[in-house]
Amino acid sequence: MSAPAPSVPAAGTGTRVLRFRDVAKAFPDGTVALEGVDLDVHRGEFVTVVGPSGCGKSTLLRIASGLSPATSGTAEMDAARIGYVFQDATLLPWRTVLKNVQLLAELHGMSKTATNQAARDALELVGLKGHERKLPRALSGGMRMRASLARSLTLDPDLFLFDEPFGALDEITRERLNDELIRLFHAKGFGALFITHSVSEAVYLSTKVLVMSGRPGHIVDTFEVPFGADRTPELRFTPEFAALSGQVSHALRAGHS
Amino acid sequence: MSAPVRTRTTEETAVTTTLPEAPAAAPALGTGGTAPLVRRRGAGVTRWAAPLAVFAGLIGLWYAITYLVLEPSKRFLMPPPQDVLAAFTDGPTMERIGEALAQTVKVTFTGLAIAIVLGMAWAVLMSQAKVAERSLFPYAVALQCIPILALVPLIAFWFGYGFPARVIVCVLIALFPIVSNTLFGLQSVDRGMHELFDLHGASRTTRLLKLQLPAAMPAIFAGFRISAGLSVVGAIVGDVFFKQGQAGLGIVLDNFRNRIQGAELFATILVAAALGFAVFALFGWLGRLAVGRWYDQSRDAA
Repeated sequence: MSAPAPSVPAAGTGTRVLRFRDVAKAFPDGTVALEGVDLDVHRGEFVTVVGPSGCGKSTLLRIASGLSPATSGTAEMDAARIGYVFQDATLLPWRTVLKNVQLLAELHGMSKTATNQAARDALELVGLKGHERKLPRALSGGMRMRASLARSLTLDPDLFLFDEPFGALDEITRERLNDELIRLFHAKGFGALFITHSVSEAVYLSTKVLVMSGRPGHIVDTFEVPFGADRTPELRFTPEFAALSGQVSHALRAGHS
Repeated sequence: MSAPVRTRTTEETAVTTTLPEAPAAAPALGTGGTAPLVRRRGAGVTRWAAPLAVFAGLIGLWYAITYLVLEPSKRFLMPPPQDVLAAFTDGPTMERIGEALAQTVKVTFTGLAIAIVLGMAWAVLMSQAKVAERSLFPYAVALQCIPILALVPLIAFWFGYGFPARVIVCVLIALFPIVSNTLFGLQSVDRGMHELFDLHGASRTTRLLKLQLPAAMPAIFAGFRISAGLSVVGAIVGDVFFKQGQAGLGIVLDNFRNRIQGAELFATILVAAALGFAVFALFGWLGRLAVGRWYDQSRDAA
């Protein structure tokens, strides 16, 4: 649990897993969701996009994952496997926690033993050991999110996409999951692209924060986050954290008006 | 069709059973803040008293019609309850009804099994492509709209008057709820789940087997339950019309009517009703067995 570990590449030094150049997205009804978006995500980098609701943040992830094509520009994903954590846990209600966590490995045709092992390891990593046989309906919102995280972890993805995964949770659960996520990120060293509308969540989790403006969405500002791997909840109450959050907040308001 | 009734009973039971366990909840449930204890005891009694009173009232009405409305010479039209009960103790009558019941059960379940296989295959096919749905769904609707009775002579004309013809009537009558419920279930899968399967390159078959069919099970079983009841109707209707071959309940009903055996006719009707109810209950139970673990059936609207 506590030992964060193996050699973690410093931010930005891992291989590039996602590259956006001048990406734009217009919907058939004429709405322009994104315009001129440039961004890179490397392994070992936790990039968060913060922006107001409806600014096209989710569209960004849908393009990154290939669920939806960009209208123009290039969006290249260079990851063998991706993890995508949706706004809600999207667990299959008829499968137990263990079976849900095994789903993606099954879809990728992993062997039975490998699937089983990966699922058990992932459940242990997210702290759901002992809940294997429960059905999703018996879990709290936070536990469902953990199961959803574990499901993606079984694939050991190079790129992790998070679409406001903790938005529906209460603050305490949310903060706890933030800590878990930081721990997982440092243990695994994947590249992450995280979407949120919470400035403090963005600053707390990331190595880099991108501020997105309202429609059409584009990146208006970029902040490197100086904090290291040893982030604890107390970090939120330090002057450095407050100062950075203030700058991000300010950029957000400037971009929004 | 009969489902709304069922849903209401479930809710009622749920409310009444929670009352004794949760006194705190009683005022919230609208029983008022006064003397919840008395109210709860009262609720326990009414729970049985009201249905019993209705039942007693119906039996009373039956007696009234038999003895007060009908002249003695016409009493065969509605024999009193004790005569109907007596028919149940009459050996030869019961043997006839029993054999007919066995035959009807055979037709019902054969028809239902075929309707399940055909209906699900039809729905799965339609779920795979919009064009398939557009070309095939109108026929499912047609099946539902054409009065099956109008087709019965044609079925006799083509397939004779035996077992196959009866099964065909059953299939035609039971098919639509299975087709429409299965299709509805397959199509109502959450978009997020579909995207999860998209992301990880699931094939059509994998998606069908691991996502759509399991997700559709509650709707499918609701369809089975409706079709099971209809299948009994089909078996008896076919029987009444075809009148040949081994007698099912329909033929027996018709014979008793011809011979003015009112009590036996009523007894047979009760047996037919019991069969319909039993089949409906059987599929309700199977449904709970299959999906009750994860699906809350009180939300069941179909």
